[in-house]
Amino acid sequence: MTGKVKLATTSLAGCFGCHMSFLDLDERILPLLERVTFDRSPLTDVKHASACDVGLIEGGVCNEDNLHVLKEFRDQCRLLVSVGACAINGGLPAQRNQFDVSELLHTVYMAEPGLGRRALPDDVELPRLFDKVRPVHEFVRVDYFLPGCPPPADAFWAFLTALLDGREPTLPRGALRYD
Amino acid sequence: MRTVSELLDAHQRDPTRLLQLLRDVQAASGQWLPPRVLTEVANGLGLPRAHVEGVAGFYAFLHLEPVGRFRVLVSDNITDVFAGSHDTLRAFSERLHVEPGHVRTDGVVSLDRTSCTGLCDQPPAILVNGRAISRVVGERLDAVVACIEAGTPVDRWPEALLHVDEGIRQRGPVLSSRLAPGAALRRVLEQGHDARTKTLEAARLRGRGGAGFPVVTKWETCRTAPGDSVVVCNADEGEPGTFKDRVLLATCADLVVEGMTVAAHCTQATTGFIYLRGEYTFLEGHLRGVLERRRREGLLGQGILGERGFDFDIDLHLGAGAYVCGEETALIESLEGKRGVPRHRPPFPVTNGYLGRPTIVNNVETYADVAVVFANGVEAWSALGTEKSTGSKLLSVAGDVERPGVYEVPWGVTLRDVLALAGGVDARAVQVSGPSGELVAPFEFDRRLCFEDLACAGAIAVFGPRRDLLEVALNFARFFAHESCGFCTPCRVGTHVAARSLSKLQQGRGSSVELTELETLAHLLRDTSHCGLGVMAPNAYRHWLRKFPEDVRRRLSASFEPSFDVEAALMNGRHEGARR
Repeated sequence: MTGKVKLATTSLAGCFGCHMSFLDLDERILPLLERVTFDRSPLTDVKHASACDVGLIEGGVCNEDNLHVLKEFRDQCRLLVSVGACAINGGLPAQRNQFDVSELLHTVYMAEPGLGRRALPDDVELPRLFDKVRPVHEFVRVDYFLPGCPPPADAFWAFLTALLDGREPTLPRGALRYD
Repeated sequence: MRTVSELLDAHQRDPTRLLQLLRDVQAASGQWLPPRVLTEVANGLGLPRAHVEGVAGFYAFLHLEPVGRFRVLVSDNITDVFAGSHDTLRAFSERLHVEPGHVRTDGVVSLDRTSCTGLCDQPPAILVNGRAISRVVGERLDAVVACIEAGTPVDRWPEALLHVDEGIRQRGPVLSSRLAPGAALRRVLEQGHDARTKTLEAARLRGRGGAGFPVVTKWETCRTAPGDSVVVCNADEGEPGTFKDRVLLATCADLVVEGMTVAAHCTQATTGFIYLRGEYTFLEGHLRGVLERRRREGLLGQGILGERGFDFDIDLHLGAGAYVCGEETALIESLEGKRGVPRHRPPFPVTNGYLGRPTIVNNVETYADVAVVFANGVEAWSALGTEKSTGSKLLSVAGDVERPGVYEVPWGVTLRDVLALAGGVDARAVQVSGPSGELVAPFEFDRRLCFEDLACAGAIAVFGPRRDLLEVALNFARFFAHESCGFCTPCRVGTHVAARSLSKLQQGRGSSVELTELETLAHLLRDTSHCGLGVMAPNAYRHWLRKFPEDVRRRLSASFEPSFDVEAALMNGRHEGARR
């Protein structure tokens, strides 16, 4: 496997939609696999990254587990790519930023009907929440941003093939989009 | 108190007078603009309600929410900050019992910050209900607090408290001119059109607002463009650190108006405007008086100086706290009663300006210079200065100097000469032409002030040996973020991102990542902004990054760091939330 570029992917506070869009590469994944090998990724079920060339990260940071994963991932990746609306702007999860966290927890778990137990989740294994959902680049250095919700498969393709060919990546018209 | 309806009539129900009308309506209706008043204005002018609210919302001095009976605004200009304006703000906050950005619960007083008030030579300055007050420390601060608590209306405050120094330190041909009203105009009338143009050409006069565009080119283009020409005096002196126009208007208003009238004759204009920044409202009475007197003297109005067909009059318009209105197309939008959003160019105002008419917009000083050129002759004028920058230049010198104030110098003096004149020889840096200008380091102090070398619009802010230039850069960056009109995304967002990156550097959390980001932003803003504000905004920090590398290096952290305390952001969730 030597000579292949090592690629890792992971998701923080995201919906895995960006990963699904990546899979929309369809048959183009085969030629890609001739040039890259996957390290940590939900596609390989490897839980911890080893030293990698490129890391794609989806989702924003909403709790301390996200931060833990992010730091470990950053340390292992030569290039870190922030993928999608949540990683870049906080995205949908950041809609909670307009509310106070504790008020929100009380409203959801104590006040609103539907949850039988009427208690705040307090298991020690649950990661602590951040007061706000923040984008990845507020915590670590990010080398590239791949926008979109999700970025279209063509954007992944254009970006990765450029990197593999040693060109500075630019997105073609149509692949650079924010929706 | 006049009713909205009376004020509508006073402004002839003319939609182009919307901004002036809103200023008057606000003054008459309790210092803010309640929704029903906006509706009444919209109906009265036949404008959409949203348009009226959009205009009212654009200007910092128009309020859509209740404000205090006394509105105290403390200048956030960097030289005011270094002179203690933050302490002044804190003192007001404690003694008047009001948080900055809020209204006291009894509705008597509100407190906030504002951009440069144009009193940089007598800092720290404040505005109370639009009235500029200088040197607000010690006893003068006590006096302001006492007047507010006693409920005394501002125009009845002690004369000494309201007094603004003229602060003229050195006079040249303009400031020492004793021109009798009408004298330059008579010379102009004696000369034919060709001779007039020759005079302007020979004088090689260039605009004093910063860009240095040749006056004769602008005026000739305007004269030959189809339509009734308009002459506009840009007295929206908003560039922080500039106050020479304030002094010119206070001491030589006749000269300025005379220059405008000459311009009207040269461009065959019938309509004139002086656009005075809202911060200089204290000059309004004086200027209206000068205009009225000149009308009586036959120097304005119909048949000026008995010349048939020479009809020209000037209307005074007031701004309402928007820096971007100093940009000529934004200024014209504002004159038309709209939001001060810069226009696309071309077409340029000189062919399509105010209401689509050919319009010249010149700086206050340019008009004064014109009057002096015609009164004293070209030889006297071009004996001063350099080849491409003739005559004199008014400088507003402030900051760490012994003698701050206005200096009229011949173009071509070195910055070192200016520092020696003003007593600032130990300066570690000088900001020339305000935040949108250039930060000049000691190794460049022998550069000459002229269009060939170091162009200067008027502001000279001097920073002494102990001043933190990053604080300066951050102050400027925040200024641009605050003053961005929000029309284009690069400027609206970019100015904020720049301020945030600089703020990280100041907290010691900035790394090379932020430096790269600031560089990228500088290019992005320069290449993609809609107007000069965005193009110039990176000047707030670019020169510092380049000319003071040691300073920059000392501020850098080794690796990327978040701009906030990560643990504290987590604790908040745990403290109030689930975990016990």
